[in-house]
Amino acid sequence: MEDIKRQLTHSSKATKQDRYGKAIAFFCTFLIGLLVVSILYLVASRGLATFFKDHVSVWDFLTKQNWNPSQVDKNGSPLVGALPMIVGSFSVTIFSAVLATPFAIAMALFMTEIEPRRGTKFLQPVIELLVGIPSVVYGFVGLTIVVPVVRTVFGGTGFGILSGTLVLFVMVLPTITSMYVDSLRAVPRFYREASLALGATRWQTIYKVVLRASIPGLLTAIIFGMARAFGEALAVQMVIGNASLLPHNLISPASTLTSVLTTGMGNTVMGTLPNNALWSLALILLLMSLCFNLIVRYIGKKGRMAK
Amino acid sequence: MVNVITTHNVRLYYGDKEALHGIDLDFPKQKITALIGPSGSGKSTFLRCLNRMNDLTPGVTITGSFKLDGKDIYSPKTDVVELRKKVGMVFQQPNPFPFSVFENVAFGLRLAGIRDRKLIQERVETSLKQAAVWDEVKDKLNDNALSFSGGQQQRICIARVLAVQPEIILMDEPTSALDPVSAGKIEDLLLDIQDKFTIAIVTHNMQQASRISDRTAFFLDGKLVETGLTKQLFIAPKQESTSDYLNGKFG
Repeated sequence: MEDIKRQLTHSSKATKQDRYGKAIAFFCTFLIGLLVVSILYLVASRGLATFFKDHVSVWDFLTKQNWNPSQVDKNGSPLVGALPMIVGSFSVTIFSAVLATPFAIAMALFMTEIEPRRGTKFLQPVIELLVGIPSVVYGFVGLTIVVPVVRTVFGGTGFGILSGTLVLFVMVLPTITSMYVDSLRAVPRFYREASLALGATRWQTIYKVVLRASIPGLLTAIIFGMARAFGEALAVQMVIGNASLLPHNLISPASTLTSVLTTGMGNTVMGTLPNNALWSLALILLLMSLCFNLIVRYIGKKGRMAK
Repeated sequence: MVNVITTHNVRLYYGDKEALHGIDLDFPKQKITALIGPSGSGKSTFLRCLNRMNDLTPGVTITGSFKLDGKDIYSPKTDVVELRKKVGMVFQQPNPFPFSVFENVAFGLRLAGIRDRKLIQERVETSLKQAAVWDEVKDKLNDNALSFSGGQQQRICIARVLAVQPEIILMDEPTSALDPVSAGKIEDLLLDIQDKFTIAIVTHNMQQASRISDRTAFFLDGKLVETGLTKQLFIAPKQESTSDYLNGKFG
């Protein structure tokens, strides 16, 4: 009797292990959470210093076109107009996503619907390879091939948004494709069966059921691709020309938020306005990726499929 | 009695393994034929031969003769798309598309190239009424079909098949995922529409077979053991194995 009582009132070895495991998991989660909060705090405190300490107006920062943080204009306010970079970042992001999406859809359909076995066998390694290539290699290839080709075909220096778009296109293509492949595979088999059983051809089934059911997945994939394009620094910096001018066409040198950050990083002194202005750019980047994340979550919530 | 589908000496192989061992079964027009038997006895496999759904499974070989209104179902000249419009299918799991109720039911009509909006609306309404789900969905035609209960979803799926106006409807355990009340509604609707369609239903529920079917076929281990009028088969089965199965003595 006493034995049973003791057994029941004392935690067993398994229960203790369970508790330890939980504690470790919570601790790790807490650590990561703390890390994220610290990063947010650091970027925000530096990034906002431009506006609070150096009294640059947010509106001017977002809409003025003159970027030269170490200089001041006639009125004595610093030249920190980030519009050219914001426009540059958004253009390369949107153009590369628009360009990559049809290719990604075609590749994903080929791999899942049209030729699942051979398609996956050949394209899967190709995609994995494309993901694994370091971005400096993309930039280097862009610099030696894309830039001269753009220069020969369209004139100008060859540096600019078009070259940036083309390089980013190759970089986001595997992201969008592999994510879309996953969501096509998640379309339940019984949707296809139901459609075929109603007398649909294979093609009708693909575009009336499979594509339609996977639209949320496609949007998520595109946004992930855009997030990658938006945050890519090195490869873009190598081919875009790095002129902080508002781009008027696709083949004149321009710049993005990331390219200005990487080029300017080493040339500023901590705590000064030029440095704070760079942190503000970083803050915009951070906020944008937060936006991308929220959109992805929203779409994921809306477009849930049947199990 | 006219037979819509006649089959003779049907054999089906998964690779080298024979799964159906020579089946002869006919489906009389505007009657409900129930296919009963334990799991793995081949009744669903046989059913899926009739609209060539087994074509989608790799490694399947089918021999024997299948005739729909006298025409060979497996002839190379047969248009599978046309065949499947004549031979509709309802699956075990309710599988509406993640679209609105209206789009679900109109799906087959749009495939058939019908553009006339008024005709589509009429057909959608008639089909949903035939499937006894109209009263429950008529104010929610634009809601996602997945937002309805399992029983309603299954009736929407039946409406989706009825809208194409097939000759014969294959049902692969259509009520096994549903509660008894929903299942009862589907049985009632089958009895209502049986004078317009020929129905083949696979079921594990023997009471269901005895309630709704005109004829019953008993499958065991890939063979058709016995077939006949439902009443006769249930009251006086000719084969011992049929009797054992009906009385729950097997295995």
